[in-house]
Parts: sequence; C-alpha cells; structure tokens
Amino acid sequence: MDVGSPAFKSNARRALDDRHLQEALGHARSGFVDKRAAAIEALPEFEALRAAARDIKNHTLAHLDLYLEAYEEKVTETGGQVHYAETASQARDLIRDICLRVGAQTVTKGKSMIAEEIGLNEHLAESGVEAVETDLGEYIIQLRHEPPSHIIAPAVHVTKDQIEAEFRRAHTNLSPERDLTEPTALLGEARAILRRQFQTAEVGITGANFLIAETGTSVIVTNEGNGDLTQMLPRVHIVLATIEKITPTLEDVSQILRLLARSATGQDMACYTTFSTGPRRPGDPDGPEEYHVVILDNGRSAMVGSEFQDMLRCIRCGACMNHCPVYQAIGGHAYGWVYSGPMGAVLTPALIGIDQAGHLPNASSFCGRCEAVCPMKIPLPRMMRHWREREFERHLSPTTYRWGLRLWAFFAKRPRLYQFVTRIAMRALGNLGARKGRFRRLPLAGGWTGHRDMPAPEGQTFQEMWAQRKGTP
Amino acid sequence: MAKAENAPTVGLFVTCLVDLFRPSVGLAAVRLLEMAGCRVAVPAAQTCCGQPAYNSGDRDDARAIARLVIAAFEPYDYVVAPSGSCAGMLKVHYPRLFADDAAWSGRATAFAAKVHEIVSFLVDVRGVEGVAAAFEGTVTYHDSCSSLRELDIRDQPRALLKTVRGLRLTEMDDTEACCGFGGTFCVKYPDLSNAIVEKKTAAIAASGAGTVLAGDLGCLLNIAGKLRRQGIAVSARHVVEVLAGTTAAPAIGEPAADPAERSQAG
Repeated sequence: MDVGSPAFKSNARRALDDRHLQEALGHARSGFVDKRAAAIEALPEFEALRAAARDIKNHTLAHLDLYLEAYEEKVTETGGQVHYAETASQARDLIRDICLRVGAQTVTKGKSMIAEEIGLNEHLAESGVEAVETDLGEYIIQLRHEPPSHIIAPAVHVTKDQIEAEFRRAHTNLSPERDLTEPTALLGEARAILRRQFQTAEVGITGANFLIAETGTSVIVTNEGNGDLTQMLPRVHIVLATIEKITPTLEDVSQILRLLARSATGQDMACYTTFSTGPRRPGDPDGPEEYHVVILDNGRSAMVGSEFQDMLRCIRCGACMNHCPVYQAIGGHAYGWVYSGPMGAVLTPALIGIDQAGHLPNASSFCGRCEAVCPMKIPLPRMMRHWREREFERHLSPTTYRWGLRLWAFFAKRPRLYQFVTRIAMRALGNLGARKGRFRRLPLAGGWTGHRDMPAPEGQTFQEMWAQRKGTP
Repeated sequence: MAKAENAPTVGLFVTCLVDLFRPSVGLAAVRLLEMAGCRVAVPAAQTCCGQPAYNSGDRDDARAIARLVIAAFEPYDYVVAPSGSCAGMLKVHYPRLFADDAAWSGRATAFAAKVHEIVSFLVDVRGVEGVAAAFEGTVTYHDSCSSLRELDIRDQPRALLKTVRGLRLTEMDDTEACCGFGGTFCVKYPDLSNAIVEKKTAAIAASGAGTVLAGDLGCLLNIAGKLRRQGIAVSARHVVEVLAGTTAAPAIGEPAADPAERSQAG
C-alpha cells in the first residue's frame, strides 16, 4: 500500500471538507460509542477483565519465543504447516507460491488487516490470482479501489447511497430497475454474488484474532459468517497472522474474547467465533485439505523490549479510534496507511518509520480517551509522546517549532526574567484588547485566530498582583 | 481571616495561563483556599509546569523546569493548582520524567504526593461540602481531559456548584469529549482542533446554559474564543470564580462593562 502519511495535514483538510465522509462519520460515532458504553455498563467485572487480559498478553510477550515454538509444534501435530515470514515481501511470496502450487485462479478472503499491511491482493493479481474480499465492508472498498478506513469497519466512511451507486456500477448483469433502497437489499445482492465466489475459490485466506499455543488453533471473530465459508469451503486454507497474535491457552482466549466484541461493537460476543485446528481429518464432514499458517514479523519483534512493546497487546477492537476526537473528525484514510486512530499513531511509525509517519503521533490533543477505553490498557498517549521524543532527538520536528520551543524554554527556566518580560507583555496586550475583551487577529497566532478569537488577558500578571497584595496587607 | 497556627500551608501553583491571562482566577483560588483554613503562599520561582516541552518530546527542558518547580514547592504541605492539566503534569508525569534519575526520583515522587487540583483538594482533602457564593443562572460544566482521566475529577466540582445559591447545573452531551485545545496541538493542527471545538460549542449551546464553567483555563480560552467567534451568547468562566463568588470581572473574552472597572483591574 502506498504511504500517504507525510501528507496527513492536507489529507485531514480534505476529509473535513468531504460531505459524504462527514455524514458517514456522524453515524458511526454515536453507534460505536453508545453501544460500547451500554455493554460495559452491563458487565461489572469489565475492569477486572481488562487487568487480567493485560497480564495475559504481557506474560505472552515476555515468553513469545517459547509460545511460538509450542504453537508451531501443535499445528504440525494436527497436520498443518507453519511458515515464518520476517518481511512483508516474504509473506506475500509464501502465500503466492501456495496459491500457484495448487493452481488457484480465485481466492476468497476474510477480513485481514495484515493482508492490507503487506499489499497481498495486488501481489496475487500480478501472478494472475484474483483475490475476492468476502467481508461486506471489504467487498465495498474493493469495488471502490480504496484501502479500509477502520480496522473493524473498513467501509465506515461510505454512506448507504454511495454503496448503492457502487453496486449499480459494478453489478451490470443485474436489472437497473431493481430496488436497492433498503440496506437488506444491498446485503442480499452482495451475498448472492459472493456465494458463487465461495463455491469456486481454490484457496481461502483469513486473518486470525488469536493463535492458541496450547492447541495450535487459529481463531477468527466475525459478524457475517463470511470468514467461516472462506476457511471451510476451499481446498486450501491459509491463515495470515502476526507474531503477537499468539495467546497461550484456550482459557486465556476466552477471557480476552469477553473484552473484544464489547469494546468493538458493544456486542457481548460477535455472531461467529470460529476455531480452526489443522486440515480436515478422516471422517470430518468438511474443512480444507491443506492448512497453512503464515506468521509475519514485519518489524514487530523489534518492538519487544522497547518502549513500544505495550502496543503488541492490541487486539484490534477499534475502541481507541471510535472514541478519538481526531479520528471522529477525519476518519481513517487521512492517516495515510493501513492503521489509523490512536493505535495507528503508535503502530504505524514502528512499521514504516517515524520519518514517514511523524504527523501521526503529533496529531493528538492527548485527551487520553483512547487509553481510558482500551480493553488491553495500552498507554497510547504515553507511546505517542515517546515517538515525539524520538522525533525531537533526531531533529525531525519543524525548525520554526523547535526554535519557538527553545525560546519559550529559555524564559520558562528563568523565573525572574520571565516575570519581568511577561508583566510588560501582558500589560500591553491587556490594554490593546480591553475594549473588546478579545482579539480577532494577532501576529504570530494565526493558528489560533484563524478559527477562533483570542481572549484578551486582564492586563496584570498574577505574580504582579500578588506582590502588590503582600506589599499592602 | 484568622487561621490557627497549625493550619496547613499550601503553595499555589498559579499556572502560566492564569498568571498571564486571568489573574482573577488566582485570586479566587487563594480566597477558596483561605476559606478552607489554609495558609497560602505563592512561590516566586514558578513559571509553567513544562508541558509544552514534555509533550513536544523535549525531555531535557521539561526536566529542567520540573526541577525548579519541585525545589520551589518543597517547603509546603500541599501544592495546589487551579488546573487539572497542570496538576496532572506535576502529579502524574513528574515522577515519570525522573524515573531513571536516582537523585531526583524520590523528590519527584514525594512532591507528586502533595499535588492537588484545587476543587478536588477542597472536597477530598479539606472536606469542604459547600460554598457561600451566589450565582444567578444556568451553567454547564466542561470536564477537562486531564481532570477527568488523569485525576478522576468529575463529581467534586458538581457537588460544590450545587451549593451555590441561584445556580442551576445542566449537563451537555458527550461530557467526556475533548474540547480540542491540547496545548500546542491547537496551533500545530488548527483545522483538527477547530473541528473538535466546534462540536464542543455546539453541545454547550444545545445545553441551554448561559455560562460554561471548567477547571482549566486552556480549555476555557479555546471554548470562549470559539463561542465569541461564532457569536454564541454563552459566557465562559473558570469554576473557582463562581465558587469563590468573585464574578465581578468580565467573563473570558468579554469586554469590561464600564471603563472604571478596567482601570481598577489594570
């Protein structure tokens, strides 16, 4: 996927001016936030579960090598195959080679952010293999040739009217007079088209929400059932996951599952939680003949042991972005790469470099709501600040900003000088602004006064007032 | 006001915005602290809590400023600030800044334990249950992000506001949402900050309140500036002005009613 993160500022401006996007974001915001709040209200042990889930993941990350080996052993025991990929390109090639070996022309795909991360569809297309997205949201954005704008609701930026227009454009073999006003009609049409793809695909590719070391099982959590058809019907099932998806036991997974859907959509559980262990066994009524797991690193092992390790606890529920005032204002595409919102602001610089993704951890008011809602208690603002420290150390922040900061710090470290200078400055500003009580424009403050007035200071500093008060008891 | 000899001493951390923009908030804070039986001092060796440096990744300057603040406030029983954001910096982030510094880590932690935001200090530490102030009108209270999420302040200001004679408290929608100020964020990403504050002023206007109160001057300058620019007839004040009953000064961003008042203030 092309990296658009350096253009974050202009992307954001465009997003704010996009009427359709703003309409779509308005719907999403209330839906996600209110439903999550209701679900958590109904679960008194939510806080205790958060702490337990954090501890499970911390323990796993501390012994990741051990659990990866245990997982691989179990997968092999059950007749599956584990492939390790250090880089995106290795993962792409591994998957392409499997597809070509079994003569696949069409592969169906369940929703996978890792597939987006490695640009899998484009790579398969170059070898003549067509990848068909089967998650409704993913299907819509595939038709629109767009990347997802949200990790669990990839087409959250698209309005219903836009979907109808897209279906009419793409599904030309259907009657132009058909009625598509109801959402269920759109759903029915997509379902009928995808059903044929499920029946013809030779390979099904899914992501994984968890890989269970104890049993060698991959777990997917979906609401549409498309993931089940993707991994059950084709002859070959390929699971694509990253190293931090490893979770020690079934019991651990069931604890974290109680957090996942509640945090994501406000459901107690998603409609489908599917456990896949190995290929079809003799006597099994269905299942794939081959079961492959491609485990990708792509920069994550470098985060282990660093100040960004906590990010690897993320279970991709999307709560941080749903509650983020910046994401709510501009949606996911402005972030310019696969991951958006607060989790993207921390993860993207780790995966593509802070020089590319520098805006992301800066474009935050540090309101802290992301951390407050994160089911895995990931300190997202703290890690965004760590990225800012790395930028500052490497002199990546804008020069004018650095100089402004340096000048301010010079005074802030010298209280007597600071108080002398501010007393004069505030008196002048106070006099200038007294008549109206505010400024519509101020030199060097265009960032502020472009959108709002600057309230005028009262004219005296508090330190000056206090000195006077002490002088006249 | 007569105070017992064993009255606790409070070092007032004024905050740079109160010091520069709205010293009347500082006076209101002093008044409330004295009414709560504290002896108040204002150390001269203070400027700012250091957040602009800390949040820009400049740890060295943030540490230098933090060392000044810690040293200046060590003599007092408590450190109180009329801001959740600055109190959060002093209380939550100073210990983190010095986590690896053997010489300062202990001092930063001991200092942090004494730090409080003013309204929560009055209620939680001093046991204040009501104030003797009066304010005629309907107000809505904006929770600043740091107060709410770093310091767990939500009920304390509301509890005290309910004891103000004549005041009616109404809640706006989405009280947990940020106002878009975010310190340097608002000038680094003005378009985003604006999109966020527009939602906040819309919620404030829809609440039907005539005045919006908050415990952080950063949020208030942002909100008041947007309300004035949009021509929305809602006044903005720091919550301690109302609690101390010192609302004679014009609201934030509004002109003095008559010039005499101005010359008195300036």
